[in-house]
Amino acid sequence: MTNAQVWLLIALLGVGTYLIRFSFLGLIGDRPLPAWVLRMLRYTPVAIIPGMVAPLVLWPEATGGEMDPARLAAAGAALLVGLRSRNVLLAIGVGGAVLYGALWLSGG
Amino acid sequence: MSISTAISLFLRGARDSLPFVIVIGPFGMLFGVVATEAGLPITQTMVMTLLVVAGASQFTALQLMTDGAGVWLAMGGALAVNLRMAMYSAALVPHLGKAPLWKRAMVSYLIFDQSYTLSVVEYERDPAMSMDRRIIYFMGTALPVAIVWTALTLVGALLGNTIPDALALDFALPITFISLVAPMLRTVAHLAAAATSVIVALALSGLPSGTGLLIAGAIAMAVGALVEARMEGEASR
Repeated sequence: MTNAQVWLLIALLGVGTYLIRFSFLGLIGDRPLPAWVLRMLRYTPVAIIPGMVAPLVLWPEATGGEMDPARLAAAGAALLVGLRSRNVLLAIGVGGAVLYGALWLSGG
Repeated sequence: MSISTAISLFLRGARDSLPFVIVIGPFGMLFGVVATEAGLPITQTMVMTLLVVAGASQFTALQLMTDGAGVWLAMGGALAVNLRMAMYSAALVPHLGKAPLWKRAMVSYLIFDQSYTLSVVEYERDPAMSMDRRIIYFMGTALPVAIVWTALTLVGALLGNTIPDALALDFALPITFISLVAPMLRTVAHLAAAATSVIVALALSGLPSGTGLLIAGAIAMAVGALVEARMEGEASR
């Protein structure tokens, strides 16, 4: 992306995010939403983020797209700790520790 | 309302937000570091943080940019992550809908997971709260989180270039995303949506960057909603 494109993206994201936040409180007001719309909205983060992460975990760019045991182990650890503890920072910490531990063991 | 009442109400909101403030610091710093590593100059990192004020979508935008997605696809993916805020906006209408427009416009800028959750709990606990008090409490829950997030993003952006490549920061984003999402997987419907997203995105990984993700996201959202409707139907039977 060129510098100008990055600025355009930042501006679009800023305006778009604000409009999403302002949507009901400022523009639409107190009209009931259809239940199915509310249902779909509830799943947006878990519908988008896993699909974005999966290829990064399986085919990391740093290894030229080769599957990498260290990165797979780190991803698995972050997932397990996040599921069990519901603690974001703990999951990041354990995932990072496993990554460095495994990279060190494999001499990478 | 006297100034001292207003201040103590604001401080109560700020105190309630304290656990979130502590967690958001390192997260903001990570965004600053990763943005700098991805090649964004500090001005772009900071303008993005100030305009968007939404961590997960900022990380998403960064990832899609590094993947080589174009402006529109990167915007689509990052905004899709923020769509849940439309739900927050709708849920705040019964409580703040009668406030003057400029106050609603101000509140809207600071609607995020933490401020929304804390405020709605408080409004429901005390339905007799006046409109002024509701707005001040909201600001108390939102401003400390937003300020610490922005300040620590700056610290991270300034440190970004000093961190050696050996630290394998390429994998900081995937670990962060997994750690963000894993705690959200509370129900079968959430798990089904996440699994659908992974499977469809991998199957469509040959498509131009970002395209498969948007398709996967739309299908996964529908799957989550369908499974939820199913489960509710069974529960009520």
